Amino acid sequence: MFKWLHPYAKPETVYQLCGRFYPWLIALGVVLLLVGNIWGLAFTPADYQQGDSYRIIHIHVPAAIMSMGTYSAMAIAAFIALVWQIKVAQWSVLAIAPVGAIYTAIALITGMAWGKPMWGTWWVWDARLTSELVLLFLYLGVIALSGAFSDRQTGAKAASLLAIVGVINLPIIHFSVEWWNTLHQGASLTKFAKPSIDPSMLWPLLISILAFKVIMLALVCLRLRTAILLNEQHRPWVKNLVEAQ
Amino acid sequence: MIKPQTFAVSAGQIILQGTALSCIRQDRVLFEQLDVSVRSGELLQIAGKNGAGKSSLLRILAGLAQADDGSLYYLQQPIAKVYADYAANLCYIGHHSGIHEQLTALENISFWRAASGIAPADDFALLATLGLAGLEDVPCRMLSAGQQRRVSLARLWFTNCQLWILDEPFTALDQVAIVMLQQHFFAHLQQGGAIILTTHQSLSVAFVHQSKLELAYRW
Amino acid sequence: MVMLGQFIKRELRLLARQKADWLNPLLFFVIVLCLFPLGVGPSPNLLRIMAPGIVWIAALLSVLLAAERLFKDDYRNGVIEQLVAARQPLLSFVLAKLFTNWLSTGLPLVLLSPVVALLLNIDAAGFVALLFTLLLGTPLLSLLGVMGAALTVSADKGGILLALLILPLYIPLLIFASAAMEAATTGMSYHGQLAIMLAMLLFALALIPLAVIGALKLNVS
Repeated sequence: MFKWLHPYAKPETVYQLCGRFYPWLIALGVVLLLVGNIWGLAFTPADYQQGDSYRIIHIHVPAAIMSMGTYSAMAIAAFIALVWQIKVAQWSVLAIAPVGAIYTAIALITGMAWGKPMWGTWWVWDARLTSELVLLFLYLGVIALSGAFSDRQTGAKAASLLAIVGVINLPIIHFSVEWWNTLHQGASLTKFAKPSIDPSMLWPLLISILAFKVIMLALVCLRLRTAILLNEQHRPWVKNLVEAQ
Repeated sequence: MIKPQTFAVSAGQIILQGTALSCIRQDRVLFEQLDVSVRSGELLQIAGKNGAGKSSLLRILAGLAQADDGSLYYLQQPIAKVYADYAANLCYIGHHSGIHEQLTALENISFWRAASGIAPADDFALLATLGLAGLEDVPCRMLSAGQQRRVSLARLWFTNCQLWILDEPFTALDQVAIVMLQQHFFAHLQQGGAIILTTHQSLSVAFVHQSKLELAYRW
Repeated sequence: MVMLGQFIKRELRLLARQKADWLNPLLFFVIVLCLFPLGVGPSPNLLRIMAPGIVWIAALLSVLLAAERLFKDDYRNGVIEQLVAARQPLLSFVLAKLFTNWLSTGLPLVLLSPVVALLLNIDAAGFVALLFTLLLGTPLLSLLGVMGAALTVSADKGGILLALLILPLYIPLLIFASAAMEAATTGMSYHGQLAIMLAMLLFALALIPLAVIGALKLNVS
């Protein structure tokens, strides 16, 4: 299997592949996002309890799910980077991290905006909001570490190691925060614990989740291409590419 | 362009061999397609201007950094497969001395003895050989640069590693110490050891098997 | 084992010669503890409620401060580079650093706990819990701090970066340690929290030395 995979680890091949996928991914992502969000925001029935304010879940939930998913994608890339010493994987870690951080920030901001009408305040130390905040810190740590070295390569490797440590810690942090939350909070907030969702609301939500995923992939393709060019600028193939333009 | 000037003599086995090595640091190509090898009994001197990539080459050969291209072989085996053996047989002394300023010469030496897995021994005689008699219990920050270098090179007098990789070992040493060190090299090579070193100086002792690799500075 | 013993001896010697490296973080710990009553008021009841959080936040900040310099000297003078090249002594070196780091920063916090209990009006039951949580928690603080120090040893910006990376990882420990102390002051059993802290410690003990070695290697490459 590794023999078959090996050519795909070559920066030049990855650059070409990303270039081929990017237009399709971004087009698909935007279409899915428009469909999912317009359907969800305009055409689904209002919630009997929360009225129209629940509609923010069509942005909040996809961002929150993908913020976690992106972190695990980053950790997988980091694992490959450190174990098999594949440079493209190192650069992917740095390509993924800011996208994940932005998704996490979107999830936090929309979560706060949702909390305002529901809880009457912008910030509540709710277990999931707190976990999301910690996740943002972990992302920012990876980004800060990658930029802290004078040698780009060392930065990428260090960030990879931190991403792996983070992904091992993430479940521990998540469960301890949940446990802490049940210890300190009354039952008033748990009404959102596992909302059963009507199918008419579910479909646009699933489409939005898929849209966020595809857009993440598109952005990572774009960022990875830039990273490859930056790191390989002295290779003959990059020079040929520039001359061909 | 680089022209590897090897005067390799076919005495003894090839200990370390690097083929088609390339190194890119900070967006600059230091060297490309470089072949390098050292045999038992051979001293390989790597010369070149400041910034030509001498230290980077040594660090690649010592397994500290990864070459951007090319492969390394230890006793004809790919280095990744025999890394533990290679590291156990390698004495690397880098640009930095490897001694702690707060510790005395004796304490630094006994640390490196322990790290090399060698039983503690009386180091007073060794320090006297190195011209450091009377300075055994002085913290190394009080020593001069040349004296610190001597403490750091003391490793070469008790190590049992075959391959020595030394980055600028003559820095800050006086003439007497330079000659003494070269004589010590000579003895090591006689025993079948091998040495790779960088230096700007021309070596004054005539080694039996000596080769020189000139790295050109590249923009 | 001989090597490990020699390395520990070397670290202890260095600690004896560079007392500021471990005395200053302890002083920092005590000063932070004194600032809290000045900030929130000296009411004994308020202090008793806030004590677990205060103690643990002060402890993790001071351990982090002490960890920051741990590898700096040995990195600068090339010891780490040469140990990485020799490969075999690296594990003993890391274990010696971990052990002496806990000995010089974690253990003194445990020994200071009576003073802490006095300052923050912690009762007898709470004091016992404080002692146990510090005993189990400070090694974990050291492990994570040492890992962060190894990860950032060649970074251009040192201290604040280390805090950024490691503080989020301290959250589970903070939660369970303060929960154990809270449970103790309200007379409840806190064996569960201690068991979880022990589990986290053993887990970290198994994995973190490897992460430290990896971090040191990539910092000299």
